[in-house]
Amino acid sequence: MKELNELILPEDVKFTDEHEWARVEGDHVRVGISDYAQDQLGDVVFVELPEVGSSFNKGDEFGTVESVKTVSEIYMPVSGEVVAINEELADHPEYVNTDPYGKGWMIEVAPSDLSEMDSLLDKNAYLKLLEEE
Amino acid sequence: MKEPIGTTGLALNEPLIWEKGRKGRTGFSLPKRDVEHAPLDEALTGDGPDLPDLSEVDVVRHYTRLSQWNYGVDSGMYPLGSCTMKYNPKTHERQAALPGFASAHPLLPASLSQGILRMMATLQRFLGEITGLPAVTLQPAAGAHGELTGMMIVRAYHNDRGAPRHKILIPDTAHGTNPASSVLCGFSPVPVKSNERGVLAPETVAELMDEDTAGIMITNPNTLGLFEENIRKIADIVHGKGGLVYVDGANMNAMMGIVSMGNIGVDLMHLNLHKTFSTPHGGGGPGSGPVCARQDLAPFLPVPRVKEKDGTFHLSYDHPKSIGKVHAFYGNVGILIRAYSYILSMGPNLKKASQLAVLNANYVKEKLKDTFYLPYDRPCMHECVFTDKWQEAHKITTLDIAKRLIDYGFHPPTIYFPLVVHGAIMIEPTETESKETLDTFIASCKAIAEEAKESPELLREAPTKPKVRRMDETRAARHPQLAG
Repeated sequence: MKELNELILPEDVKFTDEHEWARVEGDHVRVGISDYAQDQLGDVVFVELPEVGSSFNKGDEFGTVESVKTVSEIYMPVSGEVVAINEELADHPEYVNTDPYGKGWMIEVAPSDLSEMDSLLDKNAYLKLLEEE
Repeated sequence: MKEPIGTTGLALNEPLIWEKGRKGRTGFSLPKRDVEHAPLDEALTGDGPDLPDLSEVDVVRHYTRLSQWNYGVDSGMYPLGSCTMKYNPKTHERQAALPGFASAHPLLPASLSQGILRMMATLQRFLGEITGLPAVTLQPAAGAHGELTGMMIVRAYHNDRGAPRHKILIPDTAHGTNPASSVLCGFSPVPVKSNERGVLAPETVAELMDEDTAGIMITNPNTLGLFEENIRKIADIVHGKGGLVYVDGANMNAMMGIVSMGNIGVDLMHLNLHKTFSTPHGGGGPGSGPVCARQDLAPFLPVPRVKEKDGTFHLSYDHPKSIGKVHAFYGNVGILIRAYSYILSMGPNLKKASQLAVLNANYVKEKLKDTFYLPYDRPCMHECVFTDKWQEAHKITTLDIAKRLIDYGFHPPTIYFPLVVHGAIMIEPTETESKETLDTFIASCKAIAEEAKESPELLREAPTKPKVRRMDETRAARHPQLAG
């Protein structure tokens, strides 16, 4: 397990209190799980993702991550329609562990209200949440 | 600590059985053919199954060697929480092998099956008495199947009243199969959070319970090994809104002869005969998950039912409100015989078994609470749940502790479950273990906690003594190889 000061917490993403991250990329928002989440889960062996075209509200469960330890739900950081999913995770679930903010991304969303990003946690607020856990 | 029970010894390698086969080798001689060759209908012929040619000694050595790599409840303590891995007395096997039982064919008419039907009728009565819920079906094949049958009965009950319901309350300390069983029956599970004492608060249930909620599915004792002390109040709340209380009885080993489920407001529940009633499980199955219900729910139970009329037994099918059949023939009858044998052997001592199971778990809890972090420090029932919180500082996890226990000669406890506890180590000793065995287990756990501080590598590299070292579970899950 990583110590808090070993965690990678990029400046260009925002976090949820359920440990997803969201990054604005043009008109879309890319979503994955944080370094803390992947570290807690352990080796990820399967990621279940929604179909492209499905729509969710902020906070809805959109998929599950299965590790050798447990199965965990993943929740939408913002409302919107799923416009792309990371197909590569089917063959390489380990990307969630090795590169959670890069090759381990999960879905791309066309947000229905981009201002929802403001309600998410920045690096410092997220770190504070982790300190309390 | 005395000499540890875990040691190394000569283990024999053994290939896949297909690799052992040699063309023409055989394990038995067919009697000389005394009829003429006759052609078979081509539709009935084809390639045979891919089976190796083996002699008897090949087969015996193959399975003996595999069994020597294994660890079972006949080898040692198996404190796998939530699984009730108690010893299975060998007399059960003797009863189940009686030719009248073992040779009975399920298609025999009732008139030729009176003994087996009488055994089933008596077992139903016993289970009805133990639970306080007299309407019993023995058909379901295991715990989750019992849950499914129970949920089908709940649905049938509401539909029969002309008021179908769509939701079901499921606590966060329930077994993982509970939400799955209810979803299969068309219910939406509504999670209920347990309180800071690790049990359900009546207020939380009251907030969520409404007239579209079919009832609550509650595991009692729950997966933290704690008795749901508010069950009576919770049952009143659920009944007040017209719902039913279903209990997952997987943890009944804490309560035989102590709690009458019928009296504390439970409407129906399942039992795991393969746990509580000491029939083989965990690879040695199959299981059996009878459902016991209030008498007024009897019309909905599966068919066929074992009935008695004028001293003879028959199977009755004429129950129009029944949910129908849930298993071929009448369930896993061989397992029923073992459970029946257990109940008759134990008699009033069933209560003692539960008392000792609870005593053993509390003994382990008290003796280890300075060694491992105990999130809910209060009397437990049949199992106790620790975590790896104090070992985290040495970068040692629950998994490392579990693997090291193998080196000490114990089957590891259940780990990372229940999910509400981070890094859970869930220990269920059962009434099987003597104080001496428990003390050896406790001393081993304490030694491992010391090693975690002094030489953590011993844990990270564990197990070192068994035939195979730590398995690459990740690779097995990512790239499963399912063929022989």
